[in-house]
Amino acid sequence: MSIRVRSTAPTDERSREALRGRPAAEHRPSENVARPEGDLAFSISDLNLWYSGKQALTGVGLDIPRKMVTALIGPSGCGKSTLLRCLNRMNDLIPGVTIEGTVTYRNANIYGSEVDPVEVRRRIGMVFQKPNPFPKSIYDNVAFGARVNGFRGNLDDLVESSLKRAALWEEVKDDLKKSGLALSGGQQQRLCIARALANNPDVILMDEPCSALDPIATLRIEDLMRELATDYTIVVVTHNMQQAARVSDYTAFMLTDEEITGQLIEYAPTETMFTQPADQRTEAYISGRFG
Amino acid sequence: MALASSPDGSDLSRAIRKRPLSRPGESLIMLSLVLCAAVSIATTFAIVYVLFADAIGFFQEISFWHFFNPGNEWQTLFNPRSFGVWELVLGTVNVTLWSMLIALPLGLAAAVYLSEYAHVQTRRFLKPLLELLAGVPTVVYANFALTFISDDVLLPLFGDSVSFFNSLSASIMLGVMILPIIASVSEDAMASVPRDLREAAYGLGATRLEVAFRVVFPAAISGIMAAILLAIARVIGETMIVAVAAGSTPTLSLSPLESIQTMTGYMLQVALGDAARGTTDYTSLFAVGALLFLMTFVLNVAAQIIVRRFREAYE
Amino acid sequence: MAVAGTTPDSVTLRAEGGVARRQAWSRASRYILLVATLLGLVVLVILGIDNAIVGIPSLDWDFLSNYPSRFAERAGIRSSILGSVWVLVFTVIFAIPVAVGAAVWMEEFAPQNGILTTVRLNIANLAGVPSIIYGILGLAVFVRLMELGPSILAGALTLALMILPMTVITSVEAINQVPPSIREGSLALGATRWQTVWNHVLPGAMPGIMTGTILAVARAAGETAALIMIGAFTFIAFDPSLSFHGLLDSFTTLPIQVYNWTIRPQPEFRANAAAGIIVLMIAVIGLNALALVVRDRLRRN
Ligand SMILES: Nc1ncnc2c1ncn2[C@@H]1O[C@H](COP(=O)(O)OP(=O)(O)O)[C@@H](O)[C@H]1O
Ligand SMILES: [Mg+2]
Repeated sequence: MSIRVRSTAPTDERSREALRGRPAAEHRPSENVARPEGDLAFSISDLNLWYSGKQALTGVGLDIPRKMVTALIGPSGCGKSTLLRCLNRMNDLIPGVTIEGTVTYRNANIYGSEVDPVEVRRRIGMVFQKPNPFPKSIYDNVAFGARVNGFRGNLDDLVESSLKRAALWEEVKDDLKKSGLALSGGQQQRLCIARALANNPDVILMDEPCSALDPIATLRIEDLMRELATDYTIVVVTHNMQQAARVSDYTAFMLTDEEITGQLIEYAPTETMFTQPADQRTEAYISGRFG
Repeated sequence: MALASSPDGSDLSRAIRKRPLSRPGESLIMLSLVLCAAVSIATTFAIVYVLFADAIGFFQEISFWHFFNPGNEWQTLFNPRSFGVWELVLGTVNVTLWSMLIALPLGLAAAVYLSEYAHVQTRRFLKPLLELLAGVPTVVYANFALTFISDDVLLPLFGDSVSFFNSLSASIMLGVMILPIIASVSEDAMASVPRDLREAAYGLGATRLEVAFRVVFPAAISGIMAAILLAIARVIGETMIVAVAAGSTPTLSLSPLESIQTMTGYMLQVALGDAARGTTDYTSLFAVGALLFLMTFVLNVAAQIIVRRFREAYE
Repeated sequence: MAVAGTTPDSVTLRAEGGVARRQAWSRASRYILLVATLLGLVVLVILGIDNAIVGIPSLDWDFLSNYPSRFAERAGIRSSILGSVWVLVFTVIFAIPVAVGAAVWMEEFAPQNGILTTVRLNIANLAGVPSIIYGILGLAVFVRLMELGPSILAGALTLALMILPMTVITSVEAINQVPPSIREGSLALGATRWQTVWNHVLPGAMPGIMTGTILAVARAAGETAALIMIGAFTFIAFDPSLSFHGLLDSFTTLPIQVYNWTIRPQPEFRANAAAGIIVLMIAVIGLNALALVVRDRLRRN
């Protein structure tokens, strides 16, 4: 794997700057970053990421509260997906990625040298933009994680409870042998959520989970997110501001401008963000003036 | 015209290409181009005609039932002669079986390695090298099977239980020969498995090995089937390796250590002898050839159908 | 601003238990699969070393310039090399124009209907026909029906039919690589379709066509079974003549000579076979390398 991960903050100032290709002083972290109270799921600080030398995240720092829904919003290409994929080390899979900074999850640095990415992804599940069930039966889709993990309990029960949590059980309980691909788009996405839940994760990362779905299916997924937030931490990327407003407790607004790519502009409780944005760029975005 | 409705350019160029010819002299050129394409059709007709015309001559002498009766030997040298083709077919099945047993695990391992593990540069370097294995003249493999594999490896290893000419030495080199077919056709199939299936599996905490064998491999299975069929077609059509190393004694055996004869091996044997035109020896060449042609034809068509279905599923 | 949040319980995220074991397998699998990938190449290397050891002592000027002989130490590959070169030259002369013509018709002129589909499927299937069947075709049509005998002409025609499908397929790919904008530009200037093809499409497709041709020649250069089938397994102790009548001379080729020496029971001939293999492999690997170079060089221009 040709990833070069640099954990924790400044080690060697010169090599950092060589990698960035730009003086570090130019970017000053935003002051409009709220610090949630209570338990935290993630604590991100000074996170920078480059795709083959091209910077995609600059100095991102925020705390993500546990058992709540946090939304990442911002115009397309501002680095939302990139940030989300940093939280379970999915970016490791892309050749030529360099990551610098810290992402702490329950007091462990996800990019620490001893950390195993497979262990990270087992605990931090992910749902993708386009529903991507495996070309296998519904049952095998949900059982996939358990099977690779050598699960010893009752697989049938696990499949049933996961499908129930994902609000899909009633629709598919008679057809568990049917291919996952035979379901509708919304059902496929709930199958993907059930598949993630079956791993018994703490956190579910969702990257625009509704962008490929019709409005009714979208509403079902949004309800599901609210329901799941009682037990799970959810981080959801969305380009739909109404959705962020409907489902999230906290919202982070990201932006790429001419000078700085992938920066965090503002982070606040969702209500505050949508009623009294602190930064005028946030205001411009949520009032639909760009993006 | 399609111009207005097709902004993407590809239909546009099609439409322009279909413009009528504007010089009369060019119709002569056009005629010769059509004739060039017709050569391929004519070749197919010629193959079918040549094979089946003389095969019919053969079946006027030897009954169909005699030919396909598994109880009959293939014994063409002494009287009473007998033409039970099963011994040759089984010789072909013998080398196919053992060469696939060797090439399949190695070829699939190579495909998985190249598609799921190798860095871009490693792949760019390894692939042409691997492809070279299919470009080596088969007479070279044949020589190596006889003088090295059989003489220097198998005889010391198995002693008296292996005959000097044996199916295993041929099968090993046939396996090396088809390795690149299995590897590159399967790798193409694996490479066209959508990226998001891999991401889904990694996102569930699967390791690279699990992603490769539990997700990518099953999703590419029909492409892999096509690779296997193409490789089998290549093995059953190969002549020099089996003619040199596998022996010339038709038997109903699947043992790798015995001397056997394949369909192609028999055909070469007839060609090396001086079978006079019209004799049963001569026409038997065409009967066996027709059977071989049918077998490779079916395998190739099946592989093409599978590949087309697979492409449709993912594009 | 709110008070900073806390994290009561800690995890290590280290690979432990099952995950550690699975990751260990996964890491090991990289090397296991790499070894499996390289195994075939290892056989090729052993083959090369074995033939080098056995063959290099016999590989001298005499070996290259002598005719075959009953005596191993006097036998050489002069007539088989000349035969190979002669047959291959005519194979290319026969096959390439027809292959390119067929490809041009299919890509540039053919009506989009069942005929084109039939031609395509037909060529794909011909590419899978075993070479020994082409040998039977050559035997029946060129040697017997056209009464050319086991001649250079019959051999070249047989090999030309054999490599035709693969050269059509590579030519079609090469023509497809030429961007449509080039055609549009030419046609917009008032060129006819044939002028466009001749002046713009074919030059653009040349690298691909050349590469495909060289690879096809490499394949034909190693072909043995089809030529034995038409009766080229003969003892030749003369050079092919450069006249038109020379085309009707019988011939032998390097792979046939290697085969001949391989099946001799006398061990002395093993060195001859190995030396012949060295020459053949240098030619085939050289052609493959040349194909890669031509593709890179012409693509850059
Ligand atoms: N795999 C990749 N390789 C190179 N650049 C990438 C890759 N993925 C994303 N990028 C770039 O990083 C920037 C942020 O992308 P992304 O995180 O996908 O944005 P968002 O999800 O906010 O639309 C974009 O400029 C995009 O082009
Ligand atoms: Mg995105």
